[in-house]
Amino acid sequence: MKRTRIATRTLAALLSAILLLGTGGPGAAAGLKVGVVHLGSVSDGGYNQAHAEGVQAMKKNLPGVEVISVENVPEGADAERVMENMIKQGATLIVAASFGYLEPALRVAAKYPDVKFVHPGGYKRAPNLTTYWASTPEAFYLMGIAAGKTTKTSKLGYVVALPISFFLANVNAFQLGARSVNPKAETRVVFTGGFLDPAKEAAAANALLDQGVDVLGVIVDSPITVVQTAEKRGAYAVGYHYIGAQKFAPKGWISGIAFTWGNLYTSFGRQVMEGRWKSENILGSLKDDFLTIAPFGPAVPADAVQLVTATKREFAEGKRQPFPGPLRDNRGVERVKAGEAFPLTELRKMDWLVEGVIGQPR
Amino acid sequence: MPALLRSLLSGAVLSGTPLLYATLAELVSERAGIVNLGLEGVMLMGAVTGFVATARTGSAALGTAAAAGAGAVFNMVFAFLVIRRRANQLASGLALMFCGVGLSALVGAPHVGSQIAGLPELPIPLLADLPVLGPALFARDALTYAAVPAAVLLWWVLGSTRWGLGLRAVGENPVAAFAAGRSPHAVQYQALVLAGLLGGLAGASLSIGIAKTWAEWMTAGRGFIAVALVIFAKWHPLRAVAGAFLFGGAVSFQLLLQARGVPVSPFLLDMLPYLLSLLVLAVGGGARRHAAPASLGRVFQGTP
Repeated sequence: MKRTRIATRTLAALLSAILLLGTGGPGAAAGLKVGVVHLGSVSDGGYNQAHAEGVQAMKKNLPGVEVISVENVPEGADAERVMENMIKQGATLIVAASFGYLEPALRVAAKYPDVKFVHPGGYKRAPNLTTYWASTPEAFYLMGIAAGKTTKTSKLGYVVALPISFFLANVNAFQLGARSVNPKAETRVVFTGGFLDPAKEAAAANALLDQGVDVLGVIVDSPITVVQTAEKRGAYAVGYHYIGAQKFAPKGWISGIAFTWGNLYTSFGRQVMEGRWKSENILGSLKDDFLTIAPFGPAVPADAVQLVTATKREFAEGKRQPFPGPLRDNRGVERVKAGEAFPLTELRKMDWLVEGVIGQPR
Repeated sequence: MPALLRSLLSGAVLSGTPLLYATLAELVSERAGIVNLGLEGVMLMGAVTGFVATARTGSAALGTAAAAGAGAVFNMVFAFLVIRRRANQLASGLALMFCGVGLSALVGAPHVGSQIAGLPELPIPLLADLPVLGPALFARDALTYAAVPAAVLLWWVLGSTRWGLGLRAVGENPVAAFAAGRSPHAVQYQALVLAGLLGGLAGASLSIGIAKTWAEWMTAGRGFIAVALVIFAKWHPLRAVAGAFLFGGAVSFQLLLQARGVPVSPFLLDMLPYLLSLLVLAVGGGARRHAAPASLGRVFQGTP
């Protein structure tokens, strides 16, 4: 028992030493030190990489910015320790780049009121903690328009990690976009139960294609497998998280959506350096460049591209909503009344799938 | 109905093939008396090496060979620990697994997003055109075709060759095997090389066969499912075939039910393969004789 405890402590001490060594230590030039905590690997071709690229863009745009980045940090006490360690190394801006870092970040923020924290997707704030997110349904609606115009069978499919509200909202928006241009469009959903299990995603994609689906979308950490499977079987594909996924489907690519945090992170950095940073809740979208739409593939008809561009403008001008009432869910229950729209700030409450989606929300 | 059957069979073969290789890997090592919980790590090393080699050389055949080789080499770390150093097998295995997760992520990081053609499908003339069975069984890649023959070969080797009988003797009673003129340690090293080769192939079938991509920890627990499947198969290679494809079939069946819009919770459906495993164990459990190798988990300490 005692031996294991000593071993654990030695290991912990060793790890912190490595952490300190690996990141340069004290005595850096004046400017801004930014600490970034990642849940996964920054080369995942997906969620974590998008945040890392955003931070790199900030570093490029703002001379004097220094970055301390730690990957694969579990959500919980470990995250707190890593953040405190970064602060001890002089970091005055902390990017806690995963949803589950909210509580750890809030606790560390309370302890270090002079350090600024930013957190994606958080639903609680502090005087020194800003939350931000990019609202995705508008972009998924646009993907739905392109898919609804491109499909030949009017059967669309989505491979989704888990039935959580934000993902359900994305699938709903996709279906509504598709139906807005194709009244026969239906979207089948398969949940794989995990954020990254490529072999199971391939099996899920095949199961959907076997039902006559000819457009496959994907909401898991990396779109590569589903996009490749669709291409191999002559179907169309809609990507997510990684714009480069296009190269995996030269024929069947429709389009895709990816997060682009560079401009936002640059503005965070500039605000802290100029001393005018303040705690906010930022919900950005396509018009703020928090999201990018990938180039359209050769299979997408020209009128679909024009329609997507026009609809994107309507979203930006506030003339259109991705969830306009009246809306029923796929069990026939009315969810949004006529004349109203489901508010994009309440997406975490969306626990239903809209009419036309074939699948079970829980 | 034929469409459903075709989907199901096709999915079972797809999901079952990597599981079969993994199960055979664990089976060989357990028949020689060694529980290898590090199989997940071995598979990952195989998956990443196979992918990187395929991406670099453009040859999926070379990639497959590299995957098998990497699995064998990585398994030698485990062999050194448990055979030479007589370390605890369970602890060493778990350490090897985590080591494999980290090392494979490190090796694979520069290649995330690389594009490979992967193992080509080789449809067998005439057979591939059969109505239901054709696409599922006879339009596959080489690794898939080789999986069941590998199990049969292993069954023959373990049951009918001198080397195989010696390996089993070591797993049952290493002292007796030693007295009969075998070197238990040499036999266990050989068994772990073979297990590493098979584990590497399991990884290759995931990364360059099915997904044609590399992702961190893409084995997603299959190395542990294989440990359970060995028990399910009662340490018999042919029953491992049934186990792997039954489990793979259950996985693809639940995905298929979702795709067809069956009104059951996806959480419940995701449990289906495990429920099925419990059911089979409950039904088949009571009647069986104890089939585990008698010296499983113990390493030959030498004779007094």
